[in-house]
Amino acid sequence: MARRRGLVYHSRMTHDAYPDDLIRGILHNVKTIALVGYSANSARPSWIVTKYLLERGYTVVPVNPGLAGQQQLGQTVYGSLKDIPFPIDMVEIFRNSEAAGPITDEALALDPLPKVIWMQLSVRNDEAAARAEAKGVTVIMNRCPKIEYGRLSGEIGWQGINSRIISSKRATMAAKGFQKRTLGPPGVNPFGTRR
Amino acid sequence: MTEPKAPGFSTLAIHAGAAPDPATGARATPIYQTTSFVFDDVDHAASLFGLQAFGNIYSRLGNPTCAVLEERVAALEGGTAALGVASGHAAEFLVMHTLLQPGDEFIASKKLYGGSINQFNHSYKNFDWRVKWADPDDLSTFEAAVSEKTKAIFIESIANPGGVIVDIQAIADIAHRAGVPLIVDNTMATPYLIRPFEHGADIVVHSATKFLGGHGNSVAGVIVDGGRFDWIKSGRYPMLSKPRPEYNGMVLGETFGNFGFAIACRVLGLRDLGPALSPFNAFMILTGIETLPLRMQRHCDNALKVAQHLQRHPKVAWVSYPGLEGDKYNGLAKRYSPKGAGAVFTFGLKGGYDAGVALVSNLKMFSHLANIGDTRSLVIHPASTTHRQLTAEQQTQAGAGPEVVRLSIGLEDVEDIIADLDEALAAS
Repeated sequence: MARRRGLVYHSRMTHDAYPDDLIRGILHNVKTIALVGYSANSARPSWIVTKYLLERGYTVVPVNPGLAGQQQLGQTVYGSLKDIPFPIDMVEIFRNSEAAGPITDEALALDPLPKVIWMQLSVRNDEAAARAEAKGVTVIMNRCPKIEYGRLSGEIGWQGINSRIISSKRATMAAKGFQKRTLGPPGVNPFGTRR
Repeated sequence: MTEPKAPGFSTLAIHAGAAPDPATGARATPIYQTTSFVFDDVDHAASLFGLQAFGNIYSRLGNPTCAVLEERVAALEGGTAALGVASGHAAEFLVMHTLLQPGDEFIASKKLYGGSINQFNHSYKNFDWRVKWADPDDLSTFEAAVSEKTKAIFIESIANPGGVIVDIQAIADIAHRAGVPLIVDNTMATPYLIRPFEHGADIVVHSATKFLGGHGNSVAGVIVDGGRFDWIKSGRYPMLSKPRPEYNGMVLGETFGNFGFAIACRVLGLRDLGPALSPFNAFMILTGIETLPLRMQRHCDNALKVAQHLQRHPKVAWVSYPGLEGDKYNGLAKRYSPKGAGAVFTFGLKGGYDAGVALVSNLKMFSHLANIGDTRSLVIHPASTTHRQLTAEQQTQAGAGPEVVRLSIGLEDVEDIIADLDEALAAS
């Protein structure tokens, strides 16, 4: 992740809004995502996000102590972050804001460190974020990676959702399929719109 | 990293939602005149039907041309998402279907488009959705109408048949104290003049048939989700906060976060009730929106000049246009709609009902019809047409008494508009 230094969001650190290029850079660069709080229920957002990210070519590692050792969506489920025997680029936290604190600390005990800690839509823990940022880890809070991927690729526009993207550039279609789009690198949007 | 900057309104009116077509490079938005869309495979189909992937299935549920219109209007209003539907009436209906259960109440402003008054008073009885009317000139009537069964408040930003500007923020405050969303019909203002979300509204509806399309050629409606109402925390809106059996127990307000309302209107309302927007009409409305800022300013400038002229005319008893100094709503107009007070207004003829009927027949350039928001100047005598089904008392409350004539001022040369009115008034 050679671009990482440029992706750390220093400006005001309020986490109320993120520049599109920060999010785009993260989703463009990370490859392996540990998803803490995975649910085997296909109506739950954590299952849906796992499936979506797998379809977009990410390696997604489901983490749930109750399902440890099972195969889910073709992936091995681990009981905790420390049990994962290979490096991960991003920890995605699908738990409540309070639980995000200790999970952040587990993520910060990993060696090598993850490059990004991402807390799901409605999850926000500013103290945990400060601990992670002190170690140089980029933190995104209260965002959904599926929504952000769909938004920045233009795919979410199929549903009439305001992507806040203005661009005269052609969208990048996925290699397979009719409707799936992929993310280009940062820098294609003349308005680095905040959201 | 460059510091983010926000695109301006005119830029959004042209670009929002519309990138070049990735299949062909077409720069204008193509009309995707197709019922259905091919799935990549069975798994992709299952993901789409289960709301687990973004994509197109069938044009009743969504269509790529309609989607551009939806994103365009969402961007112009500053909302999180939108849904295009067959008409403004369909937009109101799907919003209420998403919010109300049988036996629930909603509060609506008395000063509304006559078609909305009919829909609320009569059609909704079949669903046992109960309207309670309140007067936007007396905010205490909104407070007094709140009960434990209240689920929403509905107003127009600039109220049809014209001349009324509503204090959106004050009514939004009442709605939020009651724990319910404020729905604003923004048809007459368009987001060029007023963006209700900036004044506390939660949901906006449009008859896009009017100024958004602007050319009097296509019927369409739009629902816009403001994205700020917390449906899960409220817990009073089961369509959003309870597991949905038709989607395997999914909770829409949770899964779709701040655009959950728009999704619920689509996947529960539009899917099952069916008032879909045609892709051709969406294309026509989109083309109109590209010039919305230019047109709307001209509409307002012309309307002000015509209103000022009529105010001085000996056969005119009164003119109700909030853009006029001294008008009852001029203060609210300056606060909410500083670029202009819209293109639709009413005036009263000293000659009463008969003079109104005569004027309509004597006009030679104004078209006598039931629409507003056309390039052409339009005229109607509400008491004998749009508001005919209402009682005399309701007509007067809605600003559509017997002597009232409604104008929708078009984009012609204002001298020609005034000349047509002068000649017709002289002959009436």
